[in-house]
Amino acid sequence: MTSFFWEPIQGLEAIRREMDQLLQQFDSPRGRYARSAFLPGVSARAYPLINIGEDKDNVYVEALAPGLNPETIEVTVLRDQLRIAGEKTAINPDIKAEAFHRSERGAGKFTRVIALPTEVEGDKVKAEYKNGLLLLTLPKHAEAKPKQIAVKVS
Amino acid sequence: MMKETTVPANTEKNVPDTREETRTLTPPVDIFETENGLVVVADLPGVEKEKIDVNVEKNILTLKATPKHQLDKEIAGREYQLLPFFRQFQLSDAVDQSKISAEMKYGVLTIHLPKVAEQQPRKIAVNVAQ
Repeated sequence: MTSFFWEPIQGLEAIRREMDQLLQQFDSPRGRYARSAFLPGVSARAYPLINIGEDKDNVYVEALAPGLNPETIEVTVLRDQLRIAGEKTAINPDIKAEAFHRSERGAGKFTRVIALPTEVEGDKVKAEYKNGLLLLTLPKHAEAKPKQIAVKVS
Repeated sequence: MMKETTVPANTEKNVPDTREETRTLTPPVDIFETENGLVVVADLPGVEKEKIDVNVEKNILTLKATPKHQLDKEIAGREYQLLPFFRQFQLSDAVDQSKISAEMKYGVLTIHLPKVAEQQPRKIAVNVAQ
């Protein structure tokens, strides 16, 4: 595609494509300036925070989510899209707002959708909630696994 | 009633200086008052029950905890890093320091700080003179 000679028309085309991509980012519901307040399930801040790990067979996701009600945790996987939803338990609602000296923890429902590095087997996902960390083990789809090619020495 | 402080740590002799203590996370807390005293609720994700150190010395409540990642594989994307948690609060004399209790559930620590008996509201029965 790239030519040795300067091709102004192709150069302009590339710039136009980049501009289109940039505008698309602003338009998308996940974009920074989107009207996120009107859309359900899209929070202004990514919650929970996530670390992604990977080895030959699995993708691992660790989510920082203390104080969840374990029954509300919902994990769904579609191809390479992982959705985590749940609710952080609020403090006993009988306590009046005046009684609070500090309120930094926050509570409520959340949803987060993440793109995984590869496609995974949705029906073999394991989830474990321990000490406020949610650990997901997502086996990679057979097609996404790296294939070892034996090199024959003749 | 409750003021947050950071007390300079005692520098002991012959104790090697490590950087661990200086790089800490401040856990978010909720503090509220009930009839019997104060309750401190702190988010401590990734902390085992045994790795929490809550102590009161000279009216200062110190909360220390060492978290551990559950993910020990090669990291492909990192949004957070768990460091030791550290936070201190100045207690008032109204807290009965011998009766402080704490519990841990789902990575959330709840510390109960009961008021001393004289500070608790006392219901006085009114007798009607016949």
